[in-house]
Amino acid sequence: MKKYKHNIDSEIAYTHLFSKKKQTLVAALGVTVGIAIFIFMNSLMNGFEVSSVESLFKSTPHLRIYKNDALSKSLVVSTDSSKINLISNPKITSESKKIVNPIQLLKLIKNEPEVVGVTPSVSGNVFYKNGDSEVAGRISGVVIEEQNAMFNLQSYIVDGHYSNLSDYQNGIIIGVGIAEKLNLKVNDNLTVTSAMGVNKLMKIVALLQTGNANIDKTLAYVNLPNAQQLQKQNPSYITDIYVNFKNYEQTKSYISKYQQLTGYDIEDWETANAAAAAANKMRKMMAMAISMSIMLVAAFGIYNILNMTIMEKLNDIAILKALGFSGKDIVKIFVTEAIIIGLIGIAFGLVLAVILINLMSNMWVGGDVGFFPIRVFPKYFGIGIVFGLVVTFLAGYLPARKAALLDPISIFRK
Amino acid sequence: MTHSNIILSAKGIGKYFYEPEKFKVLTDISFDINRGEFVTMIGKSGSGKSTLLYLLSTMDTEYEGNLTFDGENLTQQTKERLAVIRNEKIGFVFQFHYLLPEFSCLKNVMIPALKLGEYSREEIEHKAYKTLEMLGLKDQALKSASKLSGGQQQRVAIARALINDPKIIMGDEPTGNLDTKNTSIVFDIFKQLTSEFNQTVVAVTHDNDFAKASDRIIEMADGRIVG
Repeated sequence: MKKYKHNIDSEIAYTHLFSKKKQTLVAALGVTVGIAIFIFMNSLMNGFEVSSVESLFKSTPHLRIYKNDALSKSLVVSTDSSKINLISNPKITSESKKIVNPIQLLKLIKNEPEVVGVTPSVSGNVFYKNGDSEVAGRISGVVIEEQNAMFNLQSYIVDGHYSNLSDYQNGIIIGVGIAEKLNLKVNDNLTVTSAMGVNKLMKIVALLQTGNANIDKTLAYVNLPNAQQLQKQNPSYITDIYVNFKNYEQTKSYISKYQQLTGYDIEDWETANAAAAAANKMRKMMAMAISMSIMLVAAFGIYNILNMTIMEKLNDIAILKALGFSGKDIVKIFVTEAIIIGLIGIAFGLVLAVILINLMSNMWVGGDVGFFPIRVFPKYFGIGIVFGLVVTFLAGYLPARKAALLDPISIFRK
Repeated sequence: MTHSNIILSAKGIGKYFYEPEKFKVLTDISFDINRGEFVTMIGKSGSGKSTLLYLLSTMDTEYEGNLTFDGENLTQQTKERLAVIRNEKIGFVFQFHYLLPEFSCLKNVMIPALKLGEYSREEIEHKAYKTLEMLGLKDQALKSASKLSGGQQQRVAIARALINDPKIIMGDEPTGNLDTKNTSIVFDIFKQLTSEFNQTVVAVTHDNDFAKASDRIIEMADGRIVG
């Protein structure tokens, strides 16, 4: 009986769309706005999130391995009553802050699959002096290339280049706060005096500015050997090992593993920055809640406008059914229309989202943030497309199916 | 398919309207219509003749009783099957034309045939032109359906009902909007279809002359057949 397949369903769908271009465009625009705002808001939240996390990890590693100060035991009680109990003054043991055999340990950690960066560090308290003026601070002996890889040091350098430190054995990178107080600039010399009484004349190779005044006024980076000498220690002296993981969110689950692996104290970034970590968590929840609400609002908007477009065609549906089109045909016609409107809307939506993101990324915030930290996250564009297609499909399918189930006469009678 | 001469058979048909309140529109309607018969249904407004016609046309499926059409029990069919039957075997002309306003007249006529898919697009187009010509609308074929006068639209709707060579053509006052000349054209077409092509016509009408000229009149009053 059925010799030809004329694809009349699609033909009707296209005619509906093209004969009412304005209406089609308005419906597509509804989708556009929904999709664009969905992508834009998610990119906004995520950009903010990424920038907050980045600023948190400017100075904090995901995991810090160190040895805490240990007190000598003040009372050794003998179990044998004939022996004498030993009492001594409690004091910090001389070996306390040192990590034993750090080279071996670094190698061990580096071989773990989840680790992306590991670097040793020696820190100590010092005075920076220039002539009569002096500033107290904390000096950090680092392997500068590794340090840069982990903390993206160069992004905070405002004058000079971080790699100058490896060129000058006696180089030093100081915070802009110190430089301001001591009236110093790049290529000037300054004297560093450690708590051990060691003096060193060092040459400033770069200035760094993290935006955190506390750090900028106290912190300086030198090469590892210099820091060791300032502490009067040999080249195997390491106070901290910094570890970064592929996914910082899993740090907590690695703590016990690294405790067993190294035998030293472990501090993860959440413990080190409890307030920042809590704020981070809160932001994530907020972002999720906002993202969900936007999705809901956008979905409802899209559904509404498409639903209206179909309800206007209710009479046509009844006519088509009277002519022998089945419920399936009706659903096919209107789902085709919805999907085409959806595709047009999504395409415009993606463009609009890129424009909005570009506008936003040109907004100057200032501070250490600079421009607003928003960029094109492909992930959200992907989600936006899928979300748009699902919603437009449902917005076409549900009302069309409802109409398709009716007897044509019950539509005419209304 | 049976070779019985009866094309359409109604047994004990009853139908209620529920709004604004429960009301029995049709009571115990039974009749047979033979192949090639030209039947008109008459009766006052509210006698239930249009309602009955909609039931016969399968566009309304809420009723009591049993309908058999071309050897097939309609009452038990799924909506999908009923749609196929409407497309293939039933041509319906509404009181109001009910054309699809976005399409040209020609396309409106072609749509049921394109859906059926028995002929190629060219054949369908040719046939649609011929049918429109027969109804005096050849010049209007490519105009948008919404640009025509009421009478012209009505004739396009008749052409649409005829395009698939249906076994039965049903009309709810198919000539209600037509002048005398066009009414007689339509009447002659219906007469020709029944006598020459053995197609069946069932039409609801208020036009007594139209009814008198048909093969058989079913008269209705208060939801019952009275003659």
